[in-house]
Amino acid sequence: MDAAPGASSFSPAWPLGYLTTFGPRADPATTLTWGLMDISVAVIVIITALVVIGMLVKRVRAPAGEPPPVSRGGAGLNWIYIGVALTVLVLLGSMIWTVAVLAQINSPSGKPAFTIEITGHQWWWEARYLSPRPDQDFTTANELHIPVGQPVLIKVMSADVIHSFWIPALTGKTDTIPGRVNLGWLQASRPGVYRGQCTEYCGEEHAKMALFAIAQTPADFETWREGQVAGAVAPTKPEAIMGAALFSDHCGACHEVRGTSAGGLAGPDLTHVASRRTIASGILPNTTAALGGWISDPQTIKPGARMPATNLSGPQLNAVVAYLGTLK
Amino acid sequence: MSAPTTTSDDARVPTIARVTADFPGPRLKQIWETEPGVRGWFSTVDHKEIGLRYIVTAFVFLLLGGVEALVMRVQLAQPGMTLLTPEQYDQLFTMHGVSMIFLYASPILSGFSNYLWPLLLGSRDMAFPRLNALSYWVYIAAGVFIYAGFVVGEGPNAGWFNYVPYAAKQFNPGVNIDVYMLGLILLGISTTVGAANFVVTFLRLRAPGMSINRVPILIWGTLTASVANLLAVPAVSLACFLLWMDRQFGTHFFDASQGQPLLWQHLFWMFGHPWVYAIVLPAMGMVSDGLPTFCRRPLVGYTPVALSTVGTMALGFGVWVHHMFATGLPSLALSFFSGASIIITLPSAVAVFAWTATIWGGKPVFKTAFLFFASMIILFVIGGVSGFMTGSVPVDWQLTDTYFVVAHIHYVLIGINLFPVVGAIYYWFPKFTGRLLSERLGVWNFWTMFVGFNLGFFPMHLLGLMGMPRRVYTYASGMGWTTTNLIVSIGSFLFALGILLLLINIAISLKRGKLAGENPWDAPTLEWSVPSPPPPYNFAVIPTIESRHPLWEDQLNETSARSSLAEGLLLDEGRQTIATSALDGEPTLILNMPGDTLAPFILALGMSLLFASALFQAWWFVAAGAIIIAGALMAWFWPHQAHRAPDGAEPADG
Repeated sequence: MDAAPGASSFSPAWPLGYLTTFGPRADPATTLTWGLMDISVAVIVIITALVVIGMLVKRVRAPAGEPPPVSRGGAGLNWIYIGVALTVLVLLGSMIWTVAVLAQINSPSGKPAFTIEITGHQWWWEARYLSPRPDQDFTTANELHIPVGQPVLIKVMSADVIHSFWIPALTGKTDTIPGRVNLGWLQASRPGVYRGQCTEYCGEEHAKMALFAIAQTPADFETWREGQVAGAVAPTKPEAIMGAALFSDHCGACHEVRGTSAGGLAGPDLTHVASRRTIASGILPNTTAALGGWISDPQTIKPGARMPATNLSGPQLNAVVAYLGTLK
Repeated sequence: MSAPTTTSDDARVPTIARVTADFPGPRLKQIWETEPGVRGWFSTVDHKEIGLRYIVTAFVFLLLGGVEALVMRVQLAQPGMTLLTPEQYDQLFTMHGVSMIFLYASPILSGFSNYLWPLLLGSRDMAFPRLNALSYWVYIAAGVFIYAGFVVGEGPNAGWFNYVPYAAKQFNPGVNIDVYMLGLILLGISTTVGAANFVVTFLRLRAPGMSINRVPILIWGTLTASVANLLAVPAVSLACFLLWMDRQFGTHFFDASQGQPLLWQHLFWMFGHPWVYAIVLPAMGMVSDGLPTFCRRPLVGYTPVALSTVGTMALGFGVWVHHMFATGLPSLALSFFSGASIIITLPSAVAVFAWTATIWGGKPVFKTAFLFFASMIILFVIGGVSGFMTGSVPVDWQLTDTYFVVAHIHYVLIGINLFPVVGAIYYWFPKFTGRLLSERLGVWNFWTMFVGFNLGFFPMHLLGLMGMPRRVYTYASGMGWTTTNLIVSIGSFLFALGILLLLINIAISLKRGKLAGENPWDAPTLEWSVPSPPPPYNFAVIPTIESRHPLWEDQLNETSARSSLAEGLLLDEGRQTIATSALDGEPTLILNMPGDTLAPFILALGMSLLFASALFQAWWFVAAGAIIIAGALMAWFWPHQAHRAPDGAEPADG
């Protein structure tokens, strides 16, 4: 199935790494991370050298069993005075830098383009795009699209337990806490596919709760957005028509496909599932084979997931997969 | 020496005696010795016996937690492994945390301190010997209680931090979390009575002349940790009780609709962060006392190090929110806690520079214990700077809940707790058993542990920086983590081999180790002035102290005053020891110490029955437990007129 239209194939070398970042919310923190890490490495090297050299230089090899006599050998307090004084300077500098970065990334420099409500579920992500015109709102899952260069406000919430929303290339973590709405913002400085992951332990499948942010040029983003606002297009091929009916019967209680009788809210909205890169919260590529395998036996792939195995015959399964393939 | 004064009208001057080969040892032995046999085993209140039991029990939990870790490391050695189901992995990582943090790290230090405190302070026992026994019995009961749940597949499964609402009944309907909550409340009782005992012992049971600026740093460490426990443990016991109420009776303290899930995190970390310092400060004290022995000089900066111990703890109560930087608290609050979390580095820097200066100003002798103590400085610095990084809010937003923090916590807990503890085993094993551990095997032991530890845990920093989240039972290939995870798994097995070498060394040396004598290291503190192992009464006469290093006075020759070790208060009319004033160590009272009794053991049994029955809501058995508790307490507090000396000496309670 197709990749998101127009998205660059760029991805960070380590999909969840954050030593290189790609947006103004993450970048100042990344510089700070490198700064504090350099200080830390320097401290480790200096103290290790002092301890090891001191041990080797001052070592005495006492004649068998006889420890050398004790003596006070200089007060040595200057070590503490000088060491602590230097430490104070480094710590004060680090604190000031920390507070400055915190102020800098607290809110976006420009007016946010729009708001996304992100809701953590056991074990997937719901994303609702809000628009000034309510009829332009839409819901998707596990894949956020954002326009490059524009700040986007995010409201982070939970449907069940505490999760944590994290797209390291773009932003640090924000916990999703039931009963609360946490605010944040996203902005990407170059097009690309940025992986995210739940980072607060939330149950059996905490490990398999990924998501993606796909940063696109504003024009590509607008194309994508208009596609998402539209409802599903009714299938035309016979197999897909059969699949649509089966989907309504077997899947519609939990999954919504807008414009059809399938309207369940327990699982991800699948109105445009064929336009997504992955399924099952980022753990399988969105291919016919993977989709078929997932629908027939989700509990082997993601033990404990809320989706039960579906009791479909081979041809029925193929029909449902064919139908889902039409939901671009 | 001035005669001790008592508060009583009919004050007396106690006998001052000189120790000879057959006086007063045999008489004191008769008074203090625990009767042999099963009854004696369950009724002893000897702090040395209790201390050793603590150490052995805590080490067993360390081994259990270690095996759990190894199983997890097999699962994580490669992407997509299926050795464990997610539910099994969740119980394993939870039990690993619970075992190491609650059942190993703190109790092992209680064990050393229980054994060593009276010997370091020149006393014949702790202030409350029976509370001491109770503390141990309740501790092992809590450990068995929690592990019983795990063995039947109903162990805690929401992480040792146990965040709600995942730990609430709605999302976690089994008995798992109830086991954990009740187990922690039970353990909290043990910690609390143990801590109270240390505080009072510090204040009143130091030898005459041992003013507070003459106590070893280990005493400061355990004292500070104990005060912190008294203030911090109520927060977690309360949190556990409230969650248990939520789960059993449908109260709403923590649910999102009518309560507040974040309340759990505040209560838990208000306890949890001070606790982290409570499980490292006594171990830092071991290094502060042990390192100078092998450097052949007193510790550089005794006063700054003692003050920094207390200072760390004071600041430690103001940093709990750094576990919650990502919860959406306001920036102003975050800035405050960020500042506090960075500043808390300072007192640690004092200790690091004091230890380094002690090495440079000394003549280090490379014994195994020294290697463990000295390498701890390096591991401490690595764990310290990674903590400094996570103290910075914007950095923490990336680092938190990744393997970087896993690396950090293990450098802190293994580096600052386990390395000093193993060093302490090498250092004090001769005192405990009368025999030295093998130095040959010891050097192998050290290098295997040191290399294994760094190979197993340093790469976790990199995994964290490459984005690997914590608490995942598996991960995908293509994330760039595969090779590093394999290295980590290999390192962890090498580290485990190091622990095995320690056990082998202990097993061999117990029977065939070189005889140690009183003071094999030529160490300065009082425990080395008594035979190895020490007699049941510790000190034949109560010593009188004139300096911080009673056994080094002749070598240092800094003043003409000499501590009196062979001549002192006799106190042989029953189990007796001396109480002194809180600051200066002026003798004030003769304490009559309680004898051996089954009451603490039966009290702990009653508590276990009560808690186990509460788990299953078997209220009649809860009542039965309460009756046993009441009976044991009555026996405990029953006035013993016979023990009240006729001359006005005060009975000590215990």
